[in-house]
Amino acid sequence: MNPFGLRIAVPRGVMMKPTLDALDRVGVDTREVRENDRKLLFADAGIVTMRPSDVATYVESGAADIGVTGKDVLMEQRTRDVVELADLGYGPCKMVLASIAGDPDPAEEALRRLGVMRVATKYVTIATRYLEATGRQAEIVEVKGSVELAPLTGMVDAIVDLTATGTTLRENGLVVREEIATSTARLIANPAAHRLRAAEVDALRGALLGA
Amino acid sequence: MILEMTLPIPSGTRDVLPDEMRERHGVVAALRDVFSTHGYGEISTPAVEYASVLERAGVSASGDAADPRFRSVDEHGETLVLRSDMTVPIARLVGSRFSDAPLPIRLSYQAHLYRAIVPGRGQSREVLQAGVELVGAGAPDGTAEALTVLVGALKAVGLGDARVAVGDASIFPALLTGAGVGDEQQAAILHELATRDLVGLEREIRAACDAATAEMLLDLASRRGGTEVLDALTDPRAIEATSGVRQIVERVGDDARSHLILDLGLTLKLGYYTGAVFEVYAPGQGHAIGGGGRYDDLLGRFGRDLPAVGFALDVDALHTALVGKARGSWRTGWAAGGAVAPVAAPPVGDQPVGTHAPIAGGTNPSEVSS
Repeated sequence: MNPFGLRIAVPRGVMMKPTLDALDRVGVDTREVRENDRKLLFADAGIVTMRPSDVATYVESGAADIGVTGKDVLMEQRTRDVVELADLGYGPCKMVLASIAGDPDPAEEALRRLGVMRVATKYVTIATRYLEATGRQAEIVEVKGSVELAPLTGMVDAIVDLTATGTTLRENGLVVREEIATSTARLIANPAAHRLRAAEVDALRGALLGA
Repeated sequence: MILEMTLPIPSGTRDVLPDEMRERHGVVAALRDVFSTHGYGEISTPAVEYASVLERAGVSASGDAADPRFRSVDEHGETLVLRSDMTVPIARLVGSRFSDAPLPIRLSYQAHLYRAIVPGRGQSREVLQAGVELVGAGAPDGTAEALTVLVGALKAVGLGDARVAVGDASIFPALLTGAGVGDEQQAAILHELATRDLVGLEREIRAACDAATAEMLLDLASRRGGTEVLDALTDPRAIEATSGVRQIVERVGDDARSHLILDLGLTLKLGYYTGAVFEVYAPGQGHAIGGGGRYDDLLGRFGRDLPAVGFALDVDALHTALVGKARGSWRTGWAAGGAVAPVAAPPVGDQPVGTHAPIAGGTNPSEVSS
């Protein structure tokens, strides 16, 4: 177990390296995690690894005491009962509404002429709430994989997706029409652990913010 | 084994079979015993109420857990709702049936409540709660009594290692009003606090307050622990705002106090709490297994303007905490988990259950207790 005595959920993918780097700096030995790509649970380091969208699930249930995930995940899974402890600052990206480049914007055209825009996304909650809040009727189509394909095939008029550099959007002929939110890595805690293990949780949070 | 026919029941509901029922009765019996020992009389109220009556509590507007989600219309066109908490029905009961009863009024219950669920989270639409309401006893003495009963109840069911987080819903509104923060910004700050978003909380507080006030509020929101949490406060405004919590701590006995975790940032999503608020946590359980607080403005809406405090425990969550202590640890490898914790002794009745036709998994407790 790590010196904080907390079970830590670490996201795989782009946030994994900065998260492990940050944990190394505060004295959690993450060598075994780095050297072992297939193993999921590291009892000695007190670390479990998973896709970022699962971190909130494990932390909410108490299977992990504390974890790191993107603000986008917390926004999408907004009913999860976790404590959002700190903005770790890394892994910045934007949630955007994008459509095929050119004038007029096909999404606006669809809205003007057909009264509704079709929007593909992995982030159904964020897309639904954003389009509602901006007073536009939308038909949300949930996809699991590369969202950029959806407007190219004519299935939808626009997408709501996360982008870091915008390269993938550009390479598929899409442009950002609206920025919905920005997202960075967040440190989250289980509400029971936040009370029952207050000293340990505060120690890890303080160390990560100071490091 | 594929069963020939299984007829579904609604998601978030379940059947309870004899083994579980015996153990659940053990939990309920232990709770009832504590409640009656402290002088709380058990009541029962209808599962359906008029929506117009429960709406007096003002809960339906806030869209929280107590908002009744099951509605129907009766033969006169009145909207009926299935109760979603017991505090509001008891407020109605006290206003109507105890209009001139001597104070304080001590009532207890164990009742099923009906709530909306988020699919895939293991939440229950139908929740069995056991709890008490203490009406006509103000802060801090009434609050201290409720906490004493609560800790006694947890110990009686075998959860002596559970802890009660104690906060005060009035701390932040009082401090924010004192700092001249307007209603709209206050609502935004309290929303971040209730949804436990400390990043959003910092953003909203810094936008609304001067730097010194912001530091004080953020420091307060993060303080959890024993009485040292109160002793460490230096800002006179913070000391004043937390005096209610201090008075509670001074009035509960040493034993109950050792089970409390002060949490100055704790607020609950339920709209009607006015003072102390509680949340109950057990080791190995990621969710609160009970909660409560002080609601001094609620009874007035039902005809009797009285201070009140209460708590409710989720009986099945208590049972899960007792059975599943080992579930809270990582099971690396497939070695058997720790010993199963003892469940509050099931009352072995005069008529052993084993006289019925055997049921799969059903065991007569008298056969295994030897």
